[in-house]
Amino acid sequence: MNSLNRKHLLGLEGWNADEINTVLDSAVSFKEVSERSVKKVPALRGKTIVNLFFENSTRTRISFELAEKRLSADTVNFSASTSSVKKGESLRDTVENIEAMKIDMIVIRHSSAGAPFFLSQIVDASVINAGDGQHEHPTQGLLDIFTLREKWGALAGRKVVIVGDVKHSRVARSNIHGLVALDAEVVLCGPPTLMPVGIESLGVKVETNLPRALEGADAVNVLRIQLERQRAGLLPSLDEYARVWGIDNRALQYTSPDCIVMHPGPMNRGVEIAQDVADGDRAVILEQVTNGLAVRMAVLYLIGGAEMARDDETTETSGGQVNARPKTQEAA
Amino acid sequence: MNIRTTATLMEPDQIRRAVKRIAHEIVERNRGVDGLIVVGIRRRGVPLAERIAGYLEQIEGQSVPTGILDITLYRDDFQTITSAPKVGRTEINDDIHERVVILVDDVLYTGRTVRAALDELIDFGRPGRIQLAVLVDRGHREIPIKADYVGKNVPTNEGEIVEVHLEEVDGCDEVILAEKPA
Repeated sequence: MNSLNRKHLLGLEGWNADEINTVLDSAVSFKEVSERSVKKVPALRGKTIVNLFFENSTRTRISFELAEKRLSADTVNFSASTSSVKKGESLRDTVENIEAMKIDMIVIRHSSAGAPFFLSQIVDASVINAGDGQHEHPTQGLLDIFTLREKWGALAGRKVVIVGDVKHSRVARSNIHGLVALDAEVVLCGPPTLMPVGIESLGVKVETNLPRALEGADAVNVLRIQLERQRAGLLPSLDEYARVWGIDNRALQYTSPDCIVMHPGPMNRGVEIAQDVADGDRAVILEQVTNGLAVRMAVLYLIGGAEMARDDETTETSGGQVNARPKTQEAA
Repeated sequence: MNIRTTATLMEPDQIRRAVKRIAHEIVERNRGVDGLIVVGIRRRGVPLAERIAGYLEQIEGQSVPTGILDITLYRDDFQTITSAPKVGRTEINDDIHERVVILVDDVLYTGRTVRAALDELIDFGRPGRIQLAVLVDRGHREIPIKADYVGKNVPTNEGEIVEVHLEEVDGCDEVILAEKPA
C-alpha cells in the first residue's frame, strides 16, 4: 500500500523518492479539501497537537494551525515569549510537562539545530520539525517540491537553482535533500562567504557566477537574506548584494523562458528579489503558500495515521467495536 | 492476500442489464432526471456512477452531472488499520443543495462506507434527498442502512469475499465470490 512508515518528520535527509511522492500524492487530495465550503474533514478527530514555537513565524505557524484544524485535530499553541521558558525552564522540562497532558503530536520550531531530534528521543508523541536552526525545514522543502511537481509533472532532469545565503538556510538544505532524491539537477549560487564548504557532497553543484548558474534553469528558488548577516561581516552591503545576486528581470534573461521563481518568504523586496519579479508572471510565491497548507495536512495525516497504527499494535484494544474485515470489500 | 475464487456471481451481460435497470428505476422513482446528481464512491463506485449517468442520458435525453466521493478521511476504522491509507480526491463540482443525490457503490456490506459517504456528502451541503444504488448487496449490515436500488442480492457468509471487477479499473466486467484462505 502507498503509505508512509515514519513516526516523525525531522528532516528530508534520508527520505527516498517513494516516501516523498507519497506525501505529495496525498497533498493533491488535501488541496481539494481547502476548496470546499466546509473546509474540514474528520481524519484526526480526537488527536491533540501542540505547536511549540520557540522562534517567530507567521506563515509556517498559521499554515500548520490551519492544517491541524482542517483535519479536526485539537490544537494548542505555545510561544516561548509568553511561557515559563522566560522563567528559565528547559526545553526538556517544558516538553515533558506538556506531554504529561496526553498529546499526540508536537510541531516544533526552534533556533537550535537538532531540537526536534532531541524531542523525538524523549517523548512518545510524533515530532514534526517546523524549522530548526540552520538544519532543516522539511515541510518547506516538500511544499517547494510539490509546487514544482504541479508545474512539471516530474522533477527528474530539471534544473533548479537555489540562490542566496545557503550557509544559514534550512530551507536550502531540505530542498537539496528532496530535490536530489527526485533526481533533479540542483545548482547552488551565492556569495562565497555564505556558501558552506563541501556542500557538493550532497549531490549538488556550486556556481559562484550568477549568470552561469542560471543558464537554462527551469526554476530559481530565492533564499531570504537575513539582514543581520551584514553586521556579521559576511556581506559588504545590501545594495551590492542586490546588484550582484538579486533576482531581477535582467538575471532571468539567462534562464529557460518558462523558468519559475520561488521564495519561501518573508521577502526583502529589492534585495534578494526585485519588486517586478516578486509580483511578476513567473513568481509562484503565493501558490507556494497555498500548497504549504495541503502538504502540511498530508504530513500530519500520514504521520498521525501511522502513529495510530503503532498504538494499536502495542496497546490492548479497549472495549470498542473492532472492524477487522478486509478492506477489499467496501472501503477499497 | 491469496484468495480462491469459488463462483462467478455476475457475467458482463448481467452487469450491463442490472446497471441499465437501476437507471430505469431511478428515472421512474424520481419522475425524470431533473435535479439529479450521480455520485460514485471511490474506487469502483466511480465507473458505475458514470455508466448510470450514461444510461440516464440515453433514457431521458438529458445529461446528468456526476461527482466523486473519496471517503478515506471519514472512515471509522483508523484504529484497526496498519497505516494511513492513501487519500484520493473528492470531486463534487455542482451545488448539491436541494438536489437529489444518487450515491453509487459496488458492494453494500457492513454499511460503514455508506455511513462515511453520507457524513462527507452532508459537509458539501444539504441535499433534498439522497438515494443509494449498489451493484451487489451481500448482507451483514452493522449499521441501519438500506439501498434504494440493488443490482443483485447475494446471500454470503462473513468469511467470503465479494469482488466486483469493472472494465474501467480491472480490464473486465465480472462479480466473483471468493474464499479467504483458512
